[in-house]
Amino acid sequence: MKSTGGTLPEIVRTHEQAILHEWMQRQMESIATRRDLMSEPDLHRQSREFLRAFVNASESGRLDDIHGAAWADVREMLSRVSESRALQGFSPTETATFVFSLKQPLFKQLRQTIPDGEALVDAIWATTAAIDALGLYTAEAYQTTRNEIIGRQQQEMLELSTPVVTLWTGILALPLIGTLDSARTQVVMENLLQRIVETGSLIAILDITGVPTVDTLVAQHLLKTVAAARLMGADCIISGIRPQIAQTIVHLGVDLNSVTTKATLADAFAIALKRTGQAVVRKSAASAGPAGAPAAGAD
Amino acid sequence: MERIPILKMGAFLLVSIQVDMHDRLALQLQDDLTSRITETGAQGVLIDISSLEMVDSFIGRMLGNIAAMSRVLDAETVVVGMRPAVAITLVELGMSLVGVRTALNVERGMDLLSASLDEAGRENGRSPR
Repeated sequence: MKSTGGTLPEIVRTHEQAILHEWMQRQMESIATRRDLMSEPDLHRQSREFLRAFVNASESGRLDDIHGAAWADVREMLSRVSESRALQGFSPTETATFVFSLKQPLFKQLRQTIPDGEALVDAIWATTAAIDALGLYTAEAYQTTRNEIIGRQQQEMLELSTPVVTLWTGILALPLIGTLDSARTQVVMENLLQRIVETGSLIAILDITGVPTVDTLVAQHLLKTVAAARLMGADCIISGIRPQIAQTIVHLGVDLNSVTTKATLADAFAIALKRTGQAVVRKSAASAGPAGAPAAGAD
Repeated sequence: MERIPILKMGAFLLVSIQVDMHDRLALQLQDDLTSRITETGAQGVLIDISSLEMVDSFIGRMLGNIAAMSRVLDAETVVVGMRPAVAITLVELGMSLVGVRTALNVERGMDLLSASLDEAGRENGRSPR
């Protein structure tokens, strides 16, 4: 295997142009529909760079050990390529094809150069093993990048979907959007409690209009949040319960008796105002107070 | 021996926990507080835990117990100033201190106690102390 590893770089180096030309053709065929994502000169440049790195690495290192130090450049380049393709929206197949499509032109050159049957099989086996390993490495790098993207999006969603807004003096509202899981509940809870401390609020309204489904787990998370807020000395009202969700809650046997529940945020806000001894009054000709200002002492 | 001071203020007793609560201290507080309530005939107890940074299930249970005991001795108990982290911990431990009244800070807690004292006074037909 060592001996064929020695001849492969020579063959590639001698026939670089031919191999590159055919490889390019294969690649252009496979990503014909993706021309909009990547231009031909870019692809050409990438391919040439990769081929050079591949030759250098196979000269100095062993073909069956692509995780060795000699292949560091190739690996680095492959992860860069697959990362950029993952970001551009290429499919895993299209990304892996970049490496795998090199097989055919390489084998063709090997066949033309090595006349002896046994040596040819050896050379082809060594090459195919190396290319396969590189292909797998590419796929893995692609997957890693995709996972990073998913992770970042989850994080962004988490930040976007848990705002705590001050509705009025002493009244906080927490419009929940999307499914509540343990991680989100934790963030929601922390945000809410922190804001209760900062604003000295007495009442927090949890609005679940944007929560698509409520199962026992979600209900339990909600109740946890309510309990934590109560420990801080703030009352919670759950609002935005849709008819289907009300049905589900009862069918599941979730006990929401300890919590005030309202159908809409407006109802919840009205009761919150009442509890804090405030009222919103319609501005009339007789009492020309500033519109929307809290009028104390209604209760 | 280290003790948590219990201050009398009008009809109320004030307990401010400023040190790390360990188990023996909590038991000592339970003893001291119950005897002080009977001695002074206090009608309200305010426990300030704003300096308490860590709780375990034992301390959580002690807080609940102390509140329940005070209630038995006819003193309304309010726990005030719980930190967010402590609140989350207690909830995750499954102890939401049902039956214990809570308030955000000492001021709110005092308001709550005074209000309940007024109410009790009205019900019993006597003026609040």
